[in-house]
Amino acid sequence: MKISVDETKCCGAGQCVMLAPEVFDQRDEDGIVVLLDAAPAPEHHQAARESAEVCPAAAIHIGEEA
Amino acid sequence: MSAPAGVLVVGASAAGLSTVEALRRKGYDGRLTVLDAAAGAPYDRPPLSKQILSGTWDPERAHLRTQEQLDALGAEFLLGDAAVALDVPGRTVHTAHGRALSAEAVVLSTGLRPRRLPGAEDLTGLHVLRTLDEAVALRGALRNSRRVVVVGNGVLGSEIAATAAGLGLTTTLAGLQPAPMQDQFGPRVAGALADLHTRNGVRLVSGVGVGELTRDQGRATGVRLTSGEVLSADVVVAAIGCTPATDWLAGSGLDLTDGVTCDAYCRAAPGVYAAGDVARWYHQGLGTHLRLENRTNATAQAGVVAANILGQDLVYAPVPYFWTDQFDVKIQVYGAPAPDADVTIVEGEDGDRFVARYDRAGRTGAVLGWNMPKQARIHSRLLTGTPGGGRDCAAAATAAAPSA
Repeated sequence: MKISVDETKCCGAGQCVMLAPEVFDQRDEDGIVVLLDAAPAPEHHQAARESAEVCPAAAIHIGEEA
Repeated sequence: MSAPAGVLVVGASAAGLSTVEALRRKGYDGRLTVLDAAAGAPYDRPPLSKQILSGTWDPERAHLRTQEQLDALGAEFLLGDAAVALDVPGRTVHTAHGRALSAEAVVLSTGLRPRRLPGAEDLTGLHVLRTLDEAVALRGALRNSRRVVVVGNGVLGSEIAATAAGLGLTTTLAGLQPAPMQDQFGPRVAGALADLHTRNGVRLVSGVGVGELTRDQGRATGVRLTSGEVLSADVVVAAIGCTPATDWLAGSGLDLTDGVTCDAYCRAAPGVYAAGDVARWYHQGLGTHLRLENRTNATAQAGVVAANILGQDLVYAPVPYFWTDQFDVKIQVYGAPAPDADVTIVEGEDGDRFVARYDRAGRTGAVLGWNMPKQARIHSRLLTGTPGGGRDCAAAATAAAPSA
């Protein structure tokens, strides 16, 4: 799994952080997504996929190849 | 209960698409059909009044998914064909093109239609903003205009006014609320929002209704307020709310009181579910029916509907959540701010950045962040329930918000 985020689309809702705190965080100053782990371990894949799908700004992209 | 042999989703915006994605994510491999009256690819609405209207983004950037991602869902998308009737016992949807689509489970996610000012048919210079095409049309009109009047000072009108002022137009925001978004924020934060708009050049005409449009040869030239004052404009935008798009369900037997009425499981009838802006469901935590017009609800509710289609019996009882971006301010709201709540600044300072807590009758009902998205989310843990829906809504049987 290879994750990328689009900071210019992110709206700072923080849904990803609630679902996958090992993978995503938010910047303190403006709430924009911080990608903690672009190639997370398999146990975080399901939460990362769900984060991408529920992101209200479609700002998270999941590629399958690390 | 075993997975249904086929699922039909009516409406391909955020709620409908999220339902399809959640079904696949949960392992459903049966037949999926998605019907929508609009012909284009599914797109997102929050950017319409901001990045699309300002021209910062091309329209394609509002698309929710790439064609490749849509193809990977293995769903049949029937776009450009409107649902015209639902046979509830037969779970069959009839379409404008003469299709009869049957499925074991039907999801209603047809969203909203904007209210229009009475007597405004066929006037040029008069706009609403609900669809991507309407956003692009309004953007074009603003480019060729000097003065705009936005009617309606709720969230959409306030965002449109902010965008228009940012484009350099002489902008007036008129509406019934005493300050922009006061119904959503209460007087204190709405006052701060009023200051923000005024500082950025928006003229606010608050607490007053629009009596009628003024017109000249088929063109809107402004509005006459109930106070008698006339606001002249090159472009008039009506942002006076929406109504659930349920006209096609008339005669179906479903309860269509302010949307598709559902139980706590988002079920309108056996095998018939609703999700997103159109769904009015029973929120167990609040003890009342609720209909939310916001982006995160569409996705979270779709997740619960997908789970329930697959037999999970999840109650949907989220902490309501929405955000708005106006000028350089990002506002995040968790819960339901009561207009008469006590507002306490719990982080930051009353000014550029703060988190406000809304307490009423000894309970915290809402948390609001003003340029503090992360901090607001952390403070929202005060509220029981799962903000935005999350992944375990079944655990969120009691939400703290004291009123809807």
